[in-house]
Amino acid sequence: MEINAINKRTFAQKMKSYKRSPLSFIILLFVVIAAAITVLVLGFLIGYILIKGIPNLSLDLFSWTYTSDNVSMMPAIINTLIMTVISLLIAVPFGIFSAIYLVEYAKKGNKIVEVVRVTAETLSGIPSIVYGLFGMLFFVIALGWGYSILAGAFTLAIMVLPVIMRTTEEALLAVPDSFREGSFGLGAGKLDTVFKIVLPSAVPGILSGVILSIGRIVGETAALMYTAGTATAVANNLFASGRTLSVHMYSLSREGLHTDQSYATAVVLLFIVILINWLSGFIAKRISKGNN
Amino acid sequence: MKKYKEKIMEIVFLIAACVCILAVALICVFLFANGIPAIKQIGLFDFILGKTWRPANNLYGIFPMILGSIYVTTGAILIGVPIGILTAVFMAKFCPPKIYRFLKPSIELLAGIPSVVYGFFGLVVLVPVIRDMFPGNGTSIFTASILLGIMILPTIIGVSESSIRAVPESYYEGSLALGASHERSVFFATLPAAKSGITAAVVLGIGRAIGETMAVVMVAGNQARMPAGIFSGIRTLTANIVIEMGYATDLHREALIATGVVLFVFILIINLLFSFFKRRSKA
Repeated sequence: MEINAINKRTFAQKMKSYKRSPLSFIILLFVVIAAAITVLVLGFLIGYILIKGIPNLSLDLFSWTYTSDNVSMMPAIINTLIMTVISLLIAVPFGIFSAIYLVEYAKKGNKIVEVVRVTAETLSGIPSIVYGLFGMLFFVIALGWGYSILAGAFTLAIMVLPVIMRTTEEALLAVPDSFREGSFGLGAGKLDTVFKIVLPSAVPGILSGVILSIGRIVGETAALMYTAGTATAVANNLFASGRTLSVHMYSLSREGLHTDQSYATAVVLLFIVILINWLSGFIAKRISKGNN
Repeated sequence: MKKYKEKIMEIVFLIAACVCILAVALICVFLFANGIPAIKQIGLFDFILGKTWRPANNLYGIFPMILGSIYVTTGAILIGVPIGILTAVFMAKFCPPKIYRFLKPSIELLAGIPSVVYGFFGLVVLVPVIRDMFPGNGTSIFTASILLGIMILPTIIGVSESSIRAVPESYYEGSLALGASHERSVFFATLPAAKSGITAAVVLGIGRAIGETMAVVMVAGNQARMPAGIFSGIRTLTANIVIEMGYATDLHREALIATGVVLFVFILIINLLFSFFKRRSKA
């Protein structure tokens, strides 16, 4: 790419060199086709669901109660909100604190750091159905919480913990050491330095981790079916069962009776995902601006 | 007083850091403690290599499901890896900045779409198309492979792209200076140097594919029998758990948890492989 900027070739010259070396042309062709396939698949998927789904969005689907005649998604949306908030309330403090320990407190060559890294990596590789099984065995049965929002939220919190940890860690590492030195030089203790100087400058990075986690929580199904259960009403307390939007959509399309409503639910899920992506892109842009 | 506060908070941070360790330990303990007894009762060989899964008759062989998982994962890799790596090459070395600004967020969006939405898309688009074009009723290994191939694309593209970008530019420039074209330089100088990073991407993709549940359940047919060709239905390990857990009791339920244990062991092996290749690409 840089070479082109210095030594520009015309289209005809390029064609000539491709004629001399057909292999180069074939490679180019494959690469472009692959990228085109990727974009087309994404475009088709989103386009198809939006076109088929938007006409099915009706006010009835947003009524406050779910009945077997009107499979409203409003209770599921509210449950999703509750689930997201509680999962984050659990995962964010632990994620941030453990990142603080890894970056600010742990000394080089600390054995614990090594183990934490390996386990965090393991956690991020575990499939959601295994989280679901564990959540069922531990929170639902062993702790006796039953199918409940709380059991689901704890399961999801463990699932997103490595995400929050990693992004916070990166954000803390990106804070220049001169900030810390300046704070120490003014006589502040370690704790004050961490909370008043380092953490505030790392907020955008942490936020992008939180947003990423929201995306995973909203999209999760397998980990929730046997922890939070599939009750169709709004959960009125933490120990009540309630389905989130993704679980709701799975149940609808599984029954096969409510294809139109499934389309509508898919549209809402897509909107949420697009919104989340846009937000995290927006924050990422702000971070890179701040660094310049 | 202040000193105490500092010390206490340091311990709080340390405890928070240990939550990860605790979580992994708890997951291992609970899965194994609940799954191993069932494996013992059924017999390790009968469980892993048994070809019939018929809980009503006390037959718990998960070999068809193991094969099912391996087949759909292989299919997903065959479809997703070439397209993914080539797209990564395009993004790192061929893409004009204008297109890149649109392409990068699109790939991220692809990664963010929930698996139910993928599954639903597979159900309403892929299944009918494949039913019309090929033998069988549309829900098959083939369908699941295509869908999973699409789903692992963002993983493979993301990791491959960053490993291609991490290759020193001098490799590429050296190849250009020797008279190779841009395409040849990228493919025969840069790409081989990114080999371990790309391998890590593939391994991560395998992990994603084998662990995927909802999307596979919706398009794979879920028949618990030995696979009979790529256009026949299949049930994966993940699907087995999610479908039957709702009503299973006693040994049947424990056998499902044991299925989870087998899946977990698969994932642990894949994780080990992944960190091995990642470390190699860093070295």
